[in-house]
Amino acid sequence: MEQKALKEREQQCIQEQPPGCTAACPVHVDVRGMVAAIQKEDYKAGGQLLYNMVPFPRIISRICDQPCQQACKRQEIDEAIAVNELEKSCVDNSKELTLKITPMPPKDKTIAIIGAGLSGLTAAVELGKKGYNVVIFEAKKLVGGSIWDISEHRLPRQNIAEDFAILKRIPLEINLHVIVNNHKNSKMSLDHISAAFDAVYLATGCIEANTHYWGLALDVGGRIAIHPATLATSVPNVFAGGSLYLGPDRKSPITSISHGKIAANSIDRFLQNASLTASREKEGPFTSLLYTNIAGVEPQTKVRSADPNQGYTTEEAVKEAKRCLLCECLECVKVCEYLAHFHAYPKRYVREVYNNLSIVMGVHHANKMINACNLCGLCEQVCPGNLNMGEICQEARRIMVKKGKMPPRVHDFALRDMQFSTSEKFAFSRHQPGFASSSTVFFPGCQLSASSPEHVKSMYQFLCKKITDGVGLMLGCCGIPADWAGQENLFKETIKAIEDSWRKLGSPRVITGCPTCYSIFKREWPSMDVESIWTVLDKIGLPDQKKEPHTSLKLVVHDTCTTRHEAALQQSIRKILHTLGHQVEELENSNEFTECCGYGGLMLFANKEIAHKMIKKRSQQSENDFLTYCAMCRDNFASQGKRSYHLLDLIFPTRQQDVASKKGPGYSERQENRARLKRTLQKEVWGELADKEQCNVKLIISEKVQQVLEELMILDSDIIAVISHAEHTGNKFKNMENNSYIASFKPASVTYWVEYSPQEDSFLVHNAYSHRLEIKGS
Amino acid sequence: MDKQVQKIIICNTCNIPLALGKVTLSYLGNEFPVELFKCPQCGLVYIPEELAKGKMDQVEKALEDK
Repeated sequence: MEQKALKEREQQCIQEQPPGCTAACPVHVDVRGMVAAIQKEDYKAGGQLLYNMVPFPRIISRICDQPCQQACKRQEIDEAIAVNELEKSCVDNSKELTLKITPMPPKDKTIAIIGAGLSGLTAAVELGKKGYNVVIFEAKKLVGGSIWDISEHRLPRQNIAEDFAILKRIPLEINLHVIVNNHKNSKMSLDHISAAFDAVYLATGCIEANTHYWGLALDVGGRIAIHPATLATSVPNVFAGGSLYLGPDRKSPITSISHGKIAANSIDRFLQNASLTASREKEGPFTSLLYTNIAGVEPQTKVRSADPNQGYTTEEAVKEAKRCLLCECLECVKVCEYLAHFHAYPKRYVREVYNNLSIVMGVHHANKMINACNLCGLCEQVCPGNLNMGEICQEARRIMVKKGKMPPRVHDFALRDMQFSTSEKFAFSRHQPGFASSSTVFFPGCQLSASSPEHVKSMYQFLCKKITDGVGLMLGCCGIPADWAGQENLFKETIKAIEDSWRKLGSPRVITGCPTCYSIFKREWPSMDVESIWTVLDKIGLPDQKKEPHTSLKLVVHDTCTTRHEAALQQSIRKILHTLGHQVEELENSNEFTECCGYGGLMLFANKEIAHKMIKKRSQQSENDFLTYCAMCRDNFASQGKRSYHLLDLIFPTRQQDVASKKGPGYSERQENRARLKRTLQKEVWGELADKEQCNVKLIISEKVQQVLEELMILDSDIIAVISHAEHTGNKFKNMENNSYIASFKPASVTYWVEYSPQEDSFLVHNAYSHRLEIKGS
Repeated sequence: MDKQVQKIIICNTCNIPLALGKVTLSYLGNEFPVELFKCPQCGLVYIPEELAKGKMDQVEKALEDK
């Protein structure tokens, strides 16, 4: 994955964008952090966050003009958070606030600051901290500028004194009663100072109405021309800001402080011959791209202090702080158990994926995260920046496979299961008996054939009856397990084999029984005439329903994630349910916002824990029975105790009791069902003599052992292979304690061990286990 | 466990108890010599369930993430 592509993807995730308040604050105070600290009654931590950005927190906590208010998300619901009041609470309730100043080596440059108001003093502090020599010229008898015009009641003098103590910690030369003018030949002219000093920050406030006074170039409005981002003037080493720039109508203490910081940065850049303009977009106020969902947030009016003269009590401060939404996005994390499981969000995950792919030596810690994603695409649906973690994970898997870095165990079983379905054991392709060509071919898919072979048979017969110009049948797997596993070559081979079979049938229209096959065919062959069985049934009508009165069920539709964008297909499902006389309940996240059942992306094989969390979360969204139209969705929900129907269960009702709570077949049975379906259809529909699998080994497996095998993904065919090998070669151990045998066999990459006892013409299986380490011999 | 193996598991072909012996295990291009129970005569190696599900599983996972 290219660094550039990674950066683009990272930027799509806006979770790390600052909240609106912080972005709107000219000095970017971490308001969210401060408010969160107050919620925990940690006023000192809150005050420190203010101090980190503002050199005079005790002053600003009384007089800030709060540009943050306009950007407060709460304003869209009721009223903005009382940020300045909360800042005051932090300052008043913190015994001591200290600013850590790391001494920098002194520099041989000297800067003149003209005007010791908040802006000039901020620039002085910032430049002093960087090691510059700073000389302040102030016209009045004390520093502070216009803050002295504010009433003592609003701004206690004690606050000023405490904040200005910082001026003594930094070596600054302060010259009071010095009026800088622009009289030629005067030692105190701006021309003279700008020539004598390395740089100048002009921050005299709005006392001087005559801008011509300074001899600086003016803009069209007759004001000193000042670059808005750098505060540069027409004289290269002179910068100007604060109220001098803002004017009497736009006076803003926090903006003046911000200008002090911007000017200090500009002067530093200027003196180091660095670009004045590069990467400064986020200095000063900007608009944040952070998205915060406010749906469902209850209105709550701003807390008014009981005694306005005193401000908030601590109880009031906490109450007001708790109104804060602590804005963040996390839209995707809220809807996805997988994204929540790793305790971060896509921006971090994308970085982890990239780092994981870049490791040459060492542990690939993100393998687990990359392989656990179900690739369902819901994150993209809900993301304000449309970031799709699935695409990133799938791309990472492809790279891992190519580099030979994909842990073999993750997808091995699913891929072998796929190979079963693409092998002669299941793959099958024929025109309808009595037809030399097919107008249509039915492709039921491997999982529907494994879960409900009887429905596949019924549906094929129904289609043959309804569509009169030849309905062919193709059994096989669309290859999605290989696609999900990042096995590009295997996927291409699989899809090519299907294409070849389809062309041999004369490239007829394809009707798929599985929504996932539908999505794959549609994606891979845009020109193929492919339709889902559901839209077809909606058009041609349903098979005749038995006349017996049936119960009208209240069903919750769980849409399949692989067809989240197929609105017509989803609509057909609902229409069919209405036709069948059932009631439809919609989940909050349905249609294009549907959630995955835990099977997508082979999640169930890569990380059963998260898959089960997904199933559980989805199952709990309604107490009513689920209605699915994908065999894996149905079996996954049913496996964890959620009553679920496949739509075909309702179209072709059987005599089976309580189909909704019936667990799906196990892995071995699924393969056997596919193989049997092929044999049955071959025999019954085409009258062909099917090859019956010759197997002399009969197994007896208790339900308990069956569960073990299912958990370890050991198939009956693996057990038979071990026993056949042991009985044939005699290579086995005997357990003298119970007279059972223990033997192993390695058909491919996994070595299987089975403990068994012969019992008449069968073998009783006691236990089985497996490993991947290979025994090379002694 | 070890004593149990020695006592109760025998090689079916050679009809003798197992003994600890050197075996090389390999995975993903890595090889390690280990001591495992095997038939002293024919060399058939026995991997008990605990070993497969415990240590071997851990080693496999660690190597897969390398």
